[in-house]
Amino acid sequence: MKKYSGFSLFKHSLSHHENWQAAWRSPQPKKQYDVIIVGGGGHGLATAYYLAKVHGITNVAVLEKGYLGGGNTARNTTIVRSNYLWDEASKLYDHSLDLWKDLSQDLNYNVMFSQRGVLNLGHNLQDMRDIERRVNANRLNGIDGVVLNTAEVKEIVPVINDSQDIRYPVLGASWQATGGVARHDAVAWGFARGADSFGVDLIQQCEVTDIITEDGAVVGVQTTQGFIGSKKVACVTAGNSGVMAAMVGLRLPIESRPLQALVSEPVKPIIDTVVMSNAVHAYVSQSDKGDLVIGAGTDSYNGYGQRGSFHIVEHTLSAICELFPMFSRVRMNRAWGGVVDTCPDACPIISKTNIKGLYFNCGWGTGGFKATPGSGHVFAHTLAHDEAHPFAAPFSLDRFNTGHLIDEHGAAGVAH
Amino acid sequence: MHHIYCPYCEEAREEEEYSYTGEAHIERPKDPAAITDEAWGDYLFFRSNPRGIHHEMWYHASGCRRYFNVTRNTQSYEIHETYKMGKLPTITAKTIAADTLVAQQGDAS
Repeated sequence: MKKYSGFSLFKHSLSHHENWQAAWRSPQPKKQYDVIIVGGGGHGLATAYYLAKVHGITNVAVLEKGYLGGGNTARNTTIVRSNYLWDEASKLYDHSLDLWKDLSQDLNYNVMFSQRGVLNLGHNLQDMRDIERRVNANRLNGIDGVVLNTAEVKEIVPVINDSQDIRYPVLGASWQATGGVARHDAVAWGFARGADSFGVDLIQQCEVTDIITEDGAVVGVQTTQGFIGSKKVACVTAGNSGVMAAMVGLRLPIESRPLQALVSEPVKPIIDTVVMSNAVHAYVSQSDKGDLVIGAGTDSYNGYGQRGSFHIVEHTLSAICELFPMFSRVRMNRAWGGVVDTCPDACPIISKTNIKGLYFNCGWGTGGFKATPGSGHVFAHTLAHDEAHPFAAPFSLDRFNTGHLIDEHGAAGVAH
Repeated sequence: MHHIYCPYCEEAREEEEYSYTGEAHIERPKDPAAITDEAWGDYLFFRSNPRGIHHEMWYHASGCRRYFNVTRNTQSYEIHETYKMGKLPTITAKTIAADTLVAQQGDAS
């Protein structure tokens, strides 16, 4: 892998940028691998990268049915934060935030991680009590956070409507200054290039159609490019996790639903942070291009169509327009949907299964992007040692049978 | 937006009148205390979540306020039928597969 640098940029400018090395190879699948990762999104690619880098396991294939980072990695609103309520979740997400800080250097790829701060608004007394509780819990776990009042929110976001006479007035917010946004595609591409440089085979246009088991153990997968053998198969397929599980007769505590987002036409810099509101379910930030990036809620019913219902968008935009009246005249450019794998407790599943050699990393629901590096890092440990990483252990599949749920649903800044 | 036919009101109404309430035909264990944690967890949380034909419950919140069942394709969003609680679906993934097979054989002959 040729290193990217200011000097290489200058050097290649002399040949009109026509001789850059391809960021990764496009290999033919081998017959047998040590580990097969199903799903070439951010989490799958991060898993492959850390398997190779931290654990020295390089005979790995990432199988992707479409193209790398073309699913939810390309469809999210790129928010990164770690202000979760419960100890288990805050450890996992803060581990991820630590990795984000050095990720561009580590990957030699600019993921444009920008710690511009994240606001979670409160609109009523109970919201504010929950925010105080969460911020206190965060600080006990070493995660930065402060509780702001209306005036302090207005200072950070001057365009917000601070009138107390609206349906959902802004009474205050939690503020995590170390949160922010990152360039979602760059994260997938950076991990892909990094994994490839260690010898990991990234195989695109290769859909897994069946998982083959013998005597309760995995022996490989059937794909659109033929059979590929491996004693370890890791499914990192987000919304399609239920479909993967059904191949071996498993059920998961997951329901797949469309989640929508939309962007406006580019406008001049107006918001230099991330504003989220759980109560009215709207969140907004501004991309470097100038688009307002707006996240809506999930549809209420299961669906695999990568589009959402119109009334969900209408609901979100009415909340955005109340919070930011000046945005009512901004035109929306594009809207899209991704299929998210929602768990009953709004926490992920990073787990072995009762089939030997079959692992799942799924259930990230509406908030997986922020966890991309951490998820890959702990899941690689789980795969390499056949034993959960300490941060991943509480997120095993059996928590739904033992009852040890990590209920972030009503507790954290839920609008992931 | 779905237009859903309520089998009780006998009218097709807009989706926003209804709430989705999850997978249908999941029976509550008769004696919860007698079953294992695995069986109880499976009942509470584990779902089939198919890509394709799904039998699910909807609640007519702004109408008759009754629950009923819907057979819907989660990929195409086509609603195949709605039927009252306690009834079984007449259209399932199996019957659709069989119909498709018959149609294909018809084409071939």
